[in-house]
Amino acid sequence: MNMLIALTVGVLFATGVFCLLRRCLMRLIIGLVLLGQAANLLVFSAGGLKSGVPALIPLGSMTPPEGAADPLPQALVLTAVVIGFGLTVFAITLIHRARATSGNDDVDAFNETDRL
Amino acid sequence: MSDALLLFLPLIVPAAAAVLALIIRAFKGPQAIVGVLGAAGMLIVGLMLVARTDALGVIATQSGMWPAPFGISLVADRLAAAMVAVAGLVALAGSIYAWRDLADDKLGPYFVPLMQFLLMGVQGSFLTADLFNLYVWFEVMLVASFVLLTLGNKRQQLEGALKYVVLNILASALFLIGAGLIYAQLGTLNMADVAVRLAHPDQVDLVRTSGVLLIAAFGLKAGLFPLFFWLPSSYHTPRPVVSAIFAGLLTKVGVYALMRTSTLTFAAKAPVLLELIYVIALLTMVSGVLGAAAHFDMRRILSFHIVSQIGYIILGLAMMTPIAIAGAIFYTLHHIVLKTNLFFISGLVQHIRGTNDLARLGGLAKATPWIAALFFISAFSLAGIPPLSGFWAKLAIVLAGLDLKAWGAVGIALGTGVLTLFSMTKIWAEVFWKDAPPDANTTDNRTGLWPMLIPCVGFVCITIGLGIWGGHVFGFAERAAEQLLNPREYIEAILGPDAITVEVPSAGRMRP
Repeated sequence: MNMLIALTVGVLFATGVFCLLRRCLMRLIIGLVLLGQAANLLVFSAGGLKSGVPALIPLGSMTPPEGAADPLPQALVLTAVVIGFGLTVFAITLIHRARATSGNDDVDAFNETDRL
Repeated sequence: MSDALLLFLPLIVPAAAAVLALIIRAFKGPQAIVGVLGAAGMLIVGLMLVARTDALGVIATQSGMWPAPFGISLVADRLAAAMVAVAGLVALAGSIYAWRDLADDKLGPYFVPLMQFLLMGVQGSFLTADLFNLYVWFEVMLVASFVLLTLGNKRQQLEGALKYVVLNILASALFLIGAGLIYAQLGTLNMADVAVRLAHPDQVDLVRTSGVLLIAAFGLKAGLFPLFFWLPSSYHTPRPVVSAIFAGLLTKVGVYALMRTSTLTFAAKAPVLLELIYVIALLTMVSGVLGAAAHFDMRRILSFHIVSQIGYIILGLAMMTPIAIAGAIFYTLHHIVLKTNLFFISGLVQHIRGTNDLARLGGLAKATPWIAALFFISAFSLAGIPPLSGFWAKLAIVLAGLDLKAWGAVGIALGTGVLTLFSMTKIWAEVFWKDAPPDANTTDNRTGLWPMLIPCVGFVCITIGLGIWGGHVFGFAERAAEQLLNPREYIEAILGPDAITVEVPSAGRMRP
């Protein structure tokens, strides 16, 4: 299971970076989304990958049952997913506007603010 | 006032002001007043925090009464308190400066609430002691800044924002990974707890990995080489007041986060990362100032100078001696005030003449001697001419370099100073001194200049004051550096007096 998650994170990072380096605006956003998901998955796996033991403290006990996964990274990822969602929505709106005003989908054409 | 309230107020005040400004967005006048009051409130709370921390040491509180390290701790040492106060000052100046733009409907009804949300994110980043909470505050700040940057919807703004947004989202992902790895290794995100657990001798390997990720993430937000390209291609596109607030505050949040995390996490454990920051700092100084020399537009030149000045601050951090850190802190405070003011002045020029292009400006020394004087003092403070504040800031960094016999760094710092002087002289000669060329913009719009002039005059007075009475502020910076380098006080304030079981190493060191 650990190996599978590790490989998934790796593949997500690789495809994310690959998409970021393309010249098309839409791929740029897809790349960002993939990178965000790779980061989320990595943080998620930081809590340990266990199955079948929910981290609920039984009545009368003070600690979660033996072998339960750490729930904190899951909470963190939940926050990060929501934030990432908001950022992605903004980014998509932005490229839509940028494309509409410049009539261009090529990242290399957006160099007006850098020119001397 | 209790410590807890004092620590929460810098977050409550902007949140309340933002919500109120959203509710009354149909009324321009009252909304602008809410903006000014909110900013003034932050400044007052910030000054109270400075007084409290300087007298009583580090103060901390736990949100929701969850004991540290399980809940999120808010904490203020001298550095954090000073940053909160200066951010309040910049907010106040910005709110007054924006008066004209708001009255003319150039910023729309959402500027005031967005700016308050931005400041809430900034203040939260300064006060939190939790790595993941820092990530959340960064995002609060970022989302507000995205919208502020695109207010107006011009083509140039959208283009600049595209670069800004993509690179900053990338940095956020890197930060998240860094924080995640720290949690995976240590099982905690509270920075004081991280410092304690790292003090155990067998924790080394992952510190380097997560340290590099944090440096990349904060370095991108601070505008370090080679990750600064979003900054000069976006900061000159929005309204001047927005660029001024961004220029003053946003990069410094990255710098602050770098100062905080490096001293608490990797500085003592992985000094090789400090070498990395050291080299990056030198490259940042040089590349920023060369970019500024090449450009011919007031705000673009100033944007590149942000990059180069961040290099000085980070150089101080990388040297990690008491005087170097004190110099870096003093430099940060001085630079926030000064850079905001230079952007304000470029906004004045834009307001009067309708352009910031050096080739189409001229003769302003005769036409508006007051503005010329304001620019002259600020520009020469930036270049480090005595007795202005920039001189003492640069002097501290150079002295720290001489102490460590880092001749190369001293040479580069001084050379960068000369080139800074060169490009400031370029603006001075082109905009103010030369006669207006035949194709110059001759519009002379001086309506409603007063609210824009007040913050400029105030900031210039502060620059001069920091120069003449710089000793007091520098003494404060030295005490703040002491707290940064010896994290014991910070840790005990958060975790309680018995938390330190292993000797926590000081972050400070001497370069051979």
